[in-house]
Amino acid sequence: MADSTNGNSAATISITVEFTGGLEILFSNEREHTITLPARLSDGSQPTISYLLQHLVEHVMKDDRKGLFIMEDNVRPGILVLINDADWELEGEENYELQQGDNIVFVSTLHGG
Amino acid sequence: MAPTACFNCKEARAVIIRPKNRHKLCRACFIEIFETEVHETITGANLFFRGERVAIGASGGKDSTVLAAVLKTLNERYDYGLNLVLLSIDEGIRGYRDDSLETVKRNAQQYEMPLTIVGYGELYGWTMDQVVEQIGKKGNCTYCGVFRRQALDRGAARLGIQHVVTGHNADDVAETVMMNLLRGDLPRLSRGTSIVTASGGSDIKRSKPLKYAYEKEIVLYAHHRQLDYFTTECIYSPEAFRGSARTLVKDLEKIRPSSILDIVKSGEDMAALVPREVSQSGKSCKSSAAVEEEATGGCGSQNGRTSGGEMAAMEQQLAENEAAESHETEIQLPKKVNGRAPKVVKAQTLGHCERCGYISSQPICKACTLLEGLNRNRPKTAIEVGIGMEDEEGSSTLARQMEQAQLTNS
Repeated sequence: MADSTNGNSAATISITVEFTGGLEILFSNEREHTITLPARLSDGSQPTISYLLQHLVEHVMKDDRKGLFIMEDNVRPGILVLINDADWELEGEENYELQQGDNIVFVSTLHGG
Repeated sequence: MAPTACFNCKEARAVIIRPKNRHKLCRACFIEIFETEVHETITGANLFFRGERVAIGASGGKDSTVLAAVLKTLNERYDYGLNLVLLSIDEGIRGYRDDSLETVKRNAQQYEMPLTIVGYGELYGWTMDQVVEQIGKKGNCTYCGVFRRQALDRGAARLGIQHVVTGHNADDVAETVMMNLLRGDLPRLSRGTSIVTASGGSDIKRSKPLKYAYEKEIVLYAHHRQLDYFTTECIYSPEAFRGSARTLVKDLEKIRPSSILDIVKSGEDMAALVPREVSQSGKSCKSSAAVEEEATGGCGSQNGRTSGGEMAAMEQQLAENEAAESHETEIQLPKKVNGRAPKVVKAQTLGHCERCGYISSQPICKACTLLEGLNRNRPKTAIEVGIGMEDEEGSSTLARQMEQAQLTNS
């Protein structure tokens, strides 16, 4: 889906976001999404995972069951986040500053096998 | 943030933090250590013997796919001499199982293992779709659980195989411990924690080689080995009580990752304290009694969120308790259970179901009882009567109360 961030600056970064382990159901059954974010936010900071989460919930996720993805403004326990294939705990979790070309994977461990 | 080096090889970039010890590992070391630990679980419990034919209960989901991949790897690496086959159950839920069975079929090729699929339709004359059509979306998990247990055994028996391994992981076991603790169900608490759950009455043994593996690591193992697995939620009613236990376990893991293995350990220690006559009681529906709880482990999960705040409060409480701990005297296990009568201790004699020959403490096994109800087009309510404590839904009243409690909480 096309992203519409109405910044006056044209500077954006593009990242790929993947949903697996059942989470894709919440995102139009699309496993991979290309997301464009402003390179700088209005306060001059770089977009973080937190910002991405908010963006995903507000602009990408059409499913109403937000609680299956987000709990208390963070990723719901039981969902793993990989930043460029590394556990996000190694990268600063929700405070990680996104870089051009990053690959972010959300994997649910909550679904059946 | 600078890349962290692997704790093990000190060279490659760490991509994983292990929940149980917070070690940071690279991809290659993680995969190897994960496999080695499963190997240690297998050898430590003497799970297999050379030449044994073993059926892997395969659903196409992450756990059983990882189990199949790891067992194939270990069987070759350590020369177990096992003859591994895949055994799948087709519950007959369109849009759910038919897709995952396609995954299992691919797995059979990828791992070069023969695959057998047994269906509820052929075994019982009822697919789950048909069951739900008749009884509705509520309460059908009971049917599915009871049917699945027997189906795995019957599938194995058909293949002449006496050992079925399932993909139950540490999180599943921890959930089961919590559920049985909350229900006060000591026999199941005891049986559910053991790695091998065969009972005297059955000639088919069940085991769970991934019992000590974190669900998180199973998912990461599947991810990093790019295993082909399928994920979906059962389209029928979720199991609210297990869902709540699962949520609790996951919330605890978030705060204190070692919690999961600690709960498993606590479950094992409690099981050791359960008197033998209690742990042996009520295994009417045979080998399955212990497996029964877990059989539905992959089912409904999305219910019952609690806020993290409660957990934090509990954590604080725990810390305070810990501080007071040194003043406590050790409590000995009482010789006799006081309070309400220990209904579970009533002795049971195992026999065979008069209709299907399946091992049962009742003249008619539970599956046949359920089938009778279905065939007579009878509503489900009649079923709980007379099945007694072996009925998984025996705690349905409690489950309902829990659901209500949750509703009022939120």
